[in-house]
Amino acid sequence: MRMRNPLRSEADMYRFLWIVVGGFVVIVAAAVIYKWLGVAAAVIAFAALGWWLFHEPVPGAADPTKRVVSATPPGQRRVLVVAPPGTESVSVPDGAEVLVVVPALASKLEAATGAVDDRREDAEATAAALGAKLGARAEVGADDPALAAEDALRVFGADEVLVAGDDGMVDAIRERVAIPVSRA
Amino acid sequence: MSAATHVEHHDHHEHHGPPVPHYSSRIRPETLGMYLFIASEIMLFGSFFTAYFFVRVVNGTPWPTPPYHLPVFVAAINTAILMTSSASMHWATTAIKKGNVWGMRAGLVLTFLMGLSFLISQIYEYMRAGFATKDGAFPTIFFCLTGLHGCHVFVGLTILLFMTIRAFRGHFSAEHHHGVEIGGIYWHFVDVMWIVVFATVYIL
Repeated sequence: MRMRNPLRSEADMYRFLWIVVGGFVVIVAAAVIYKWLGVAAAVIAFAALGWWLFHEPVPGAADPTKRVVSATPPGQRRVLVVAPPGTESVSVPDGAEVLVVVPALASKLEAATGAVDDRREDAEATAAALGAKLGARAEVGADDPALAAEDALRVFGADEVLVAGDDGMVDAIRERVAIPVSRA
Repeated sequence: MSAATHVEHHDHHEHHGPPVPHYSSRIRPETLGMYLFIASEIMLFGSFFTAYFFVRVVNGTPWPTPPYHLPVFVAAINTAILMTSSASMHWATTAIKKGNVWGMRAGLVLTFLMGLSFLISQIYEYMRAGFATKDGAFPTIFFCLTGLHGCHVFVGLTILLFMTIRAFRGHFSAEHHHGVEIGGIYWHFVDVMWIVVFATVYIL
């Protein structure tokens, strides 16, 4: 469930402050007139606040997700490999500089509770094995493969992304990055 | 931006203890820290407000208990000062986002001075209140709630002081002003809490 976050930025918090001021002015004014009118005003004010937090469109929510564009320095060929934990081998183009990212895939419950240590250990083991096999740098990424690829591309400009996962993973990454994405 | 964990193959065998924490680009660690901090603050204030409602509503203690009076006028002036300080804080943040360094510095100095005025005024109000915590439940809750908020203003002033020093040392720019943004969120939060305290303790 998406909701507005009044703490998202200083500007949002400043606006929230004045909303609170407005709400309390109404409550106090109603309470001065009649005690139970003040209670009713408080109920309405808090309900309105709840509506504002949950139902008004979140700024930027409707905007299309920004796609990460990567730039490779001239004369170099760089390939980002996204390999889920358990991947044993990946074929990469000869002569290319390779970065392997292994997303620490976790279930929703594990991600929500932060119980991702085992998943990260699995990812670390895969990253270490692939790194040694390919002679490349290998990292553990976020629990979301698309996010892991996006993170990696921000620090590693690549010409293409090779995904050693299923079609769903390929499609998810393709939606988030603006460079060629294909299955490894 | 990710601070991705680099796992070189030779490091894996030397690693002991739990895995290195991972930060994804979903949320900045310092912003998450401020969220958690403010959440804990809301719970802290919530416990004090629970005591307030218990004393006033459940126990039916007169508020304020005769013969005492609440210094509403001074508190109203303080409220105006604090709201204005929020406006100057917002001005400081807006200014640095536009690259106006002197605007940010002026905004921060003004915010600090107004925050300091609030605190001094509150101390003066305490000295002239005419009651102390030993005088019953009403004074105890009054001093606890307003004192707790005063502590937060003091913390906010400390943060503002460091922000101002950093601003004059040229640490912030249009591109890098996260320190001002985070401090601003905290300062506005303190003001939001004051509105709740002022309305419930002094007015209603």
